[in-house]
Amino acid sequence: MTTGPTTDGEYRSIAGTETSVEAHEYDVVVIGAGGAGLRAAIAAHDAGARTAIVCKSLLGKAHTVMAEGGIAAAMANLWPEDGWKVHFRDTMRGGKLLNHWRMAQLHAQEAPDRVWELEAWGALFDRTKDGKISQRDFGGHRYARLAHVGDRTGLEMIRTLQQRAVALGIDVFMECTITALLTDGDQSTGQQRMAGAFGYWRETGKFVSFRAPSVVLATGGIGKSFKVTSNSWEYSGDGHALALTAGASLVNMEFVQFHPTGMVWPPSVRGILVTESVRGDGGILKNSDGERFMFGYIPEFFKAETADSEEEADRWYEDKKNNRRPPELLPRDEVARAINSEVKAGRGSPHGGVFLDIASRRSAEYITKRLPSMYHQFKELAGVDITAEPMEVGPTCHYVMGGVEVDADTAESRVSGLYAAGEVAGGMHGANRLGGNSLSDLLVFGRRAGDAAAAYASSLGDGVPAADQAQVEAATTAALAPFLIGGGENPYAIHHELQESMNDLVGIIRTAEEMQAALDKVAELRDRATRLTVVGDRPYNPGWHLALDIPNMLLVSECIAMAALERTESRGGHTRDDFPATDKEWGTINLIISLGEDGSAGITRQPLPVMPDELKSIFDEEGSRS
Amino acid sequence: MTTTDDRAATTAGTEVDGDKSYQGRFRIWRGDATAGDLVDFEVEVNEGEVVLDVIHRVQATQAGDLAVRWNCKAGKCGSCSAEINGKPRLMCMTRMDTFERDDTITVTPMRTFPVIRDLVTDVSFNYEKAKEVHAFTPPEGLQPGDYRMQQVDVERGQEFRKCIECFMCQDICHVIRDHEDNKPAFAGPRLFIRYAELDMHPYDTVDRRDKLVKEEGLGFCNITKCCTEVCPEHIKITDNAIIPMKERVVDRRYDPLAFLFKRRKDYQSESSPGEG
Repeated sequence: MTTGPTTDGEYRSIAGTETSVEAHEYDVVVIGAGGAGLRAAIAAHDAGARTAIVCKSLLGKAHTVMAEGGIAAAMANLWPEDGWKVHFRDTMRGGKLLNHWRMAQLHAQEAPDRVWELEAWGALFDRTKDGKISQRDFGGHRYARLAHVGDRTGLEMIRTLQQRAVALGIDVFMECTITALLTDGDQSTGQQRMAGAFGYWRETGKFVSFRAPSVVLATGGIGKSFKVTSNSWEYSGDGHALALTAGASLVNMEFVQFHPTGMVWPPSVRGILVTESVRGDGGILKNSDGERFMFGYIPEFFKAETADSEEEADRWYEDKKNNRRPPELLPRDEVARAINSEVKAGRGSPHGGVFLDIASRRSAEYITKRLPSMYHQFKELAGVDITAEPMEVGPTCHYVMGGVEVDADTAESRVSGLYAAGEVAGGMHGANRLGGNSLSDLLVFGRRAGDAAAAYASSLGDGVPAADQAQVEAATTAALAPFLIGGGENPYAIHHELQESMNDLVGIIRTAEEMQAALDKVAELRDRATRLTVVGDRPYNPGWHLALDIPNMLLVSECIAMAALERTESRGGHTRDDFPATDKEWGTINLIISLGEDGSAGITRQPLPVMPDELKSIFDEEGSRS
Repeated sequence: MTTTDDRAATTAGTEVDGDKSYQGRFRIWRGDATAGDLVDFEVEVNEGEVVLDVIHRVQATQAGDLAVRWNCKAGKCGSCSAEINGKPRLMCMTRMDTFERDDTITVTPMRTFPVIRDLVTDVSFNYEKAKEVHAFTPPEGLQPGDYRMQQVDVERGQEFRKCIECFMCQDICHVIRDHEDNKPAFAGPRLFIRYAELDMHPYDTVDRRDKLVKEEGLGFCNITKCCTEVCPEHIKITDNAIIPMKERVVDRRYDPLAFLFKRRKDYQSESSPGEG
């Protein structure tokens, strides 16, 4: 080891001696290589832009790979009654009508084409009997709508896009982390434009900069700020934080989705996702009394479309016209809250969850065929045979509905040339996302962002914005800071404390007191995080990488707590114990967060975009029919 | 600083009693391309944990710069491949209770690829080989949305598309494991299943057989099945991809092993996708 004695003010070992920055130039730089990033890069490349993908992990490892259930798209392969209007309606109702209507509309209209396109690029989806793409049932979707490949749909999607990007020869910067966006102009006047991005190679620890007029954020979510989460280490909210710092705004940050079914045992796998397909394919939830408890948790809002007896619920899988959906397939926020209540009432499973049973309802052959990953996951990690016994499951932090506020058609943020697509973007899913709508979101808005980014870059001609050298120097200094400080805080410890606090204080059920406590804790951690110390050198040093992710995690955590405190109602993925009712007034308000001149986050209320009448009528038609 | 006890509370909850937690002995390879050695660690192990949990605890409490590559921690991304007691394994899917408590567990980087640092290797070989693959090419004029395929026909390719690119099959393959000089002429099992998948795709129109033999070294494989044994997705790499592909190239090139297998199984009776 090369670490020597440390003194404040002096870089240790090689850290301070190497400040050179490898420079690149592109028209479009896409940050993130999950579904949205890859789709955006393909679109930008196809539009003629010189395009680069920059990603923290190896290509093909992004979080999309973990998506299990499927891609929601109203292809109507099984139910001719399905169509974009029904999908649009389901999406808006699932989001408790807080979605940006235009995003939900584009999403529902374009998702089928995006799925078919994947097939033309080599994806092998499961089939219907007549050879079309098969579609499966999922929570909140009126018809079987999710294109899927067993329970590994995300893997199929990312591999297809990855192979397409490789075939097109798009440049990929793997294991390269962006720590700052570069802009020109004056942030305080709101006139700045995107000029590029700055980061480091994980392998060598050396710096790299990209000059590019268009940057697409496709960095995913924020789950690593929570202890119990289905998200991987990459989900540190980089894109949310980068956007804010560059002058863009975030919308709906109070809405965090807790997936109802994560593994609860053994402890080390707590939070790992158990796909909603288990319920879509017939699985039911039971408490320790053996009661199928979801019938007791059907909210007024969904009563008309939810079965009220086990018999009707069970008939629905085969006959959707004459029966209503089982309550296990209510939107995720409803199911997560119900499980939470059962456990709190003392009717939980031995390890603090509830039982998810498919063993007694479907044959072993059916289960291993439809849910092969789940079968292996439980067999290998928990020693449970899901074809013979029920699983133990409980809520896990899964997805953030909130994200960068963007223009619905172009995915452009408030900063010219800065785009956001996929989980890092906000608005599409409102207060709660339906399962299956994420993968389709990545494809629809990834493509739109890539197209718009390429068009904007090409419109600039020779007038490509340039960042001044001071920004690069500031980014260099910030990145090296943890090497400068001796005897400071351990980044792993800070991260651990943040995860505990967010889990305990900003979870499924919230109160003003807890939000305030969370904000206090984040402020304390932020202060301590100015004195992070890392050991070792720059090449592939996870302690250093974490130290540079922590400010992002702290900033998004603050935004979540701040918005959650402000919204004094319960809606979708935001439940206030002190304000349990859904409030009509709040149903017309978006909470917007941006940074002030002093760099601190501030929150404002903004009217929700108003849906045009022809879209409103979709809800009226549905209402009169049911 | 986080102590070992704090971490126990994080990962294992308060229920864990003394019986379910113990001090495990680990030997972890540390170093870089120039030099390195096994380093001993004593570290707490809790009920239900996997090797990656313990590596993370070492990182958080004893060696903050211990390099390890990982993402999903659920066996779905194939990032945390390493060699555990000399065998390629995903660290996230190797349960601690498969070892005795007094075993010393040795964790080393994959041997076939150059070391970057500690447990992280340079796997760019695999990405370079992937670039050489002629991508899926449907018939001209076939419109997206018009594809019609039977489940039984997509399932053959789907088996290979389960691949999570952990590269452990590449790591164990003796053709390149200790023969750096073979690498330029050999794509390895991971890529062979990619070729098989494309060959079996009902709509693909490209014949890659010549390339597979001449440039990707299919003939180097002598069917020892090491790759199949280490595959965490249980893909039958040898039986379902390599042997059928060897048979498929026999038409134009002689491969003695394939010739033997061809007699065993009448592969030609099945339709040849991509040529229909």
